Amino acid sequence: MGPESFRWSYLLLISLFYSYVSCSSVEQKIYIQLNNTVPCVRLLNATHQIGCQSSISGDTGVLHVFESEADLEWILTNGPHPPYMVVMEAVFFTRPTMMRMKNSSRVAGVAVISSSTAPSEGFSPHTRCPNQNSGVYGESYGPELANCNNTVWNPLGNNLSYEDFAFPIFFLENDNQTQVIRKCYEDHNVRVNGTAPEYPLCAMQLFSHMHAVTDTVTCMRRTDLQNSFSINPEKLCDPLNDFNVWASIRPLNSSIKGHKENESVVIAATRLDGRSFFWDVATSAEGTVSGIVTLLAAAQALYPVTQEAPPPRNIFFTFFQGEAFDYIGSSRMVYDMQNAKFVIDMDNVHSLLEIGQVGLRNGSNLWIHSDPVSRKNSSVNEEVDKLVKNMQSVASSLKLSVEEPGSSQALPPSSFQRFLRARPIPGLVLADHQSAFINRYYESLYDTPAYLNLTYPPDLSPEEQLEYETEAAKSLSEVATLVARSLYTQAGGDDQFLSNITADTKTVAKLLYGFLIKSNNSWFSSLLPPEALGRGSILGTGAPQYYIGLRLDNTVKSVTRFVQFILANMTGTVLSLNQSQCQNPNSVPDQSKDLYSYSWISGPVSANGTAESYCVRASVRLSKALSPAFELLEYGSREYSTWTESRWKTIGARIFLVASPELEMMTLGVGVAVLIVSLLVTYFISSKAELLFSSTREAPATTY
Amino acid sequence: MTAAVFFGCAFIAFGPAFSLFIFTIARDPLRVIILIAGAFFWLLSLLLSSLVWFIAMKASNAEDTKVQTGLLIFGVFFSVLLQEVFRFAYYRLLRKANEGLAAISDEETSPISVQQMAYVAGLGFGIISGAFSMINILSDTLGPGTVGIFGDSQYYFITSALMTLAITLLQIFWGVVFFDGCEKSRWWVIAVVVCLHLLVSGLSLLNPLYEGSLPPVYAITVLMAVWAFFASGGSLHNLSLLFTRKILFVLQLICFVKM
Repeated sequence: MGPESFRWSYLLLISLFYSYVSCSSVEQKIYIQLNNTVPCVRLLNATHQIGCQSSISGDTGVLHVFESEADLEWILTNGPHPPYMVVMEAVFFTRPTMMRMKNSSRVAGVAVISSSTAPSEGFSPHTRCPNQNSGVYGESYGPELANCNNTVWNPLGNNLSYEDFAFPIFFLENDNQTQVIRKCYEDHNVRVNGTAPEYPLCAMQLFSHMHAVTDTVTCMRRTDLQNSFSINPEKLCDPLNDFNVWASIRPLNSSIKGHKENESVVIAATRLDGRSFFWDVATSAEGTVSGIVTLLAAAQALYPVTQEAPPPRNIFFTFFQGEAFDYIGSSRMVYDMQNAKFVIDMDNVHSLLEIGQVGLRNGSNLWIHSDPVSRKNSSVNEEVDKLVKNMQSVASSLKLSVEEPGSSQALPPSSFQRFLRARPIPGLVLADHQSAFINRYYESLYDTPAYLNLTYPPDLSPEEQLEYETEAAKSLSEVATLVARSLYTQAGGDDQFLSNITADTKTVAKLLYGFLIKSNNSWFSSLLPPEALGRGSILGTGAPQYYIGLRLDNTVKSVTRFVQFILANMTGTVLSLNQSQCQNPNSVPDQSKDLYSYSWISGPVSANGTAESYCVRASVRLSKALSPAFELLEYGSREYSTWTESRWKTIGARIFLVASPELEMMTLGVGVAVLIVSLLVTYFISSKAELLFSSTREAPATTY
Repeated sequence: MTAAVFFGCAFIAFGPAFSLFIFTIARDPLRVIILIAGAFFWLLSLLLSSLVWFIAMKASNAEDTKVQTGLLIFGVFFSVLLQEVFRFAYYRLLRKANEGLAAISDEETSPISVQQMAYVAGLGFGIISGAFSMINILSDTLGPGTVGIFGDSQYYFITSALMTLAITLLQIFWGVVFFDGCEKSRWWVIAVVVCLHLLVSGLSLLNPLYEGSLPPVYAITVLMAVWAFFASGGSLHNLSLLFTRKILFVLQLICFVKM
């Protein structure tokens, strides 16, 4: 007996003689659980549901590996064992294929295996016109520019992320387990010369049942009903939410909300989130990280100069969360400003500079987009022209070229649009594209560090990679310098200090490494507070993902935390306070929690393994990024984002064999035969027991 | 579809035990009590052997497959011996109870014969051991998967059910023969029963070589059935009597129809 058969008999015996064994032992012989799976989940807005779901007990289908277009015919028409569970490489995950499967009842689900090579023709499962209904353009504001009439920003968008699939779709990391799946398929399911494979067949089951249906209005109504009547209420969906991060060059008193006298701020904004077709898989290198890194590096470059020679206007850095889902973060900040719930209000806003996608600029070209509708107002136009001139003069000193794309072109999808909805303020959006996005993988799986040309020479250790200045880092640090200098002049700073403002390429390199390759690195951990490290560390193992998700217990998404503490370290002062003073600074003279936030930072680990912790005082704060629709309880709002994520109980995937119907029927037949025969025989013997066992006693007690 | 496997396996494993119960046990309260008590004694033996197993598992190195193999074989044989010890204990208890039953009975004899007690006690052992061996497996027959992804036989479920059926029947026959041996003080009979029990359990170690385990187990079952038939007062004479009656009856019927 081999070890395998031995394990088998062990199993049988255990179940024969020992009840002390969990029932999973047979299960382990039947199922292979797949780890490293990411589902596509259901999201809802005011009118629709999108995403995927399985039935409540999971969807099962015979495995079929999609290797060529011919397989599609087999799956959808010829194959004799429907429904099929389709396993495909990411290259086959295209709209035509998925839509044909969507309309077929012969597909039980799809598992997409990640692949390192991106399709050269581009792939974006997002819409062609991102956030078209929540931006500024509409019937009352530049109707000729509404719905991307003028420029289609994401021409490769195929809308796949916004389809509603009735079957589960999972994403599998390409690892040993996909090899197991392939092996199972090759052993059992492969067609020989076009004839159907024989039972037992390899099958897969996917669990991703979603609790919410129809739309946000319905699911919030049901949740509220449960909350008011049930003792044990169960939520069906939660609004997407997290936090925006903001900081200002001069501290703003956060205990006083509303208008600040004599305060005029220049807002420097970027977005903090992205998405892809699948839940919590969003590397968003070009889409999001290029902006985050640029703005952080610009903030760091600006800080020392603004302390020496403070410009007349304040500079306000902000990172908006949830912008991929109808501008959750920016709409909330604008809403708070309008309702005197924020440290400043709209009157305090002088102008705005937003960093869009800047990682893929072609040569030295950058483009500054502005809003043609508000520029019809001469005073706004004047200001915008000034901003453009400032920026162009800064750019020319840096040997960059910054151009305007044309006066009639609308703004690309940007947080600035939410500010324009409230008031025509002057502002610019800096991006690497003239009209349509250069990014061919907008909000997709392929928007990876590799796409951003973030490549390291081989045989570098992680620490060396962290420090390595890639081409991408050099390019982004130029952009960061441009942004920092433009902000300084925009804030009214003196031109003579401009040459002191230069973004550090090394910092940009480290930021790129931390935000795109591996957040668990020595530099990130030295900038975070000790409680964020250690057990339950927010650093995670791989690259951070940029899907906003939702916060159930007021925790903060790890990416938001990274930005918060990196910004605090870059724009803060180190104080000589001990840990308890740092955590409670109001007891220390001259320190105020209203003006500053105080964080106790781990500090770099020295050679002997101890970390030098210190206290940082900065003006960095978090502000809620929950759509105002959920504050106002307007779940059907057309004004604000209404995106919610459905709740679910189990997400799982497993493969196993299914027996032939003949074998199953044979088992049942044998069972029924055994039952009937035993009933007849027992009846016969018990009725003749007296006769059969007569020698036992003269008069048996039995009365049969 | 997999509900078919569930019901098929359940019928195979528990169909005979079920029909025996409804036709021979259910109508007599005394038999029900003896059956339940028998099941309880088997459970006690299981409790003890699982205790020993638990300690052995904790004490041994889980990585060492050789030790684990040895432990498994030891565990099987230990458990079998314990079951037989408890069968004997149950026999002693029933003998005592039988005297008491005879004392309070109107007819001065016990209302139940030793052979009947042996059969009922054996069925008690059989039902409970069958339940314990099969229920875990039954819960997994509901599917959707079947055994085999690691290259195991796809007949696992049906063979497990057949094995359970054999074990249930064997427990009945062993009970009858064992009690008969005790009654007549023929110790070799008890020894043979224990040895056969050890043999059957040992044969299941051959799995998944079902050709190696199932046919011998069924051969032993048939043999034990014959032995148990004679031990409980059956004889060839009775059998022929039964069949001649049957034939006579059939002949009469034919004559009646012809007339």
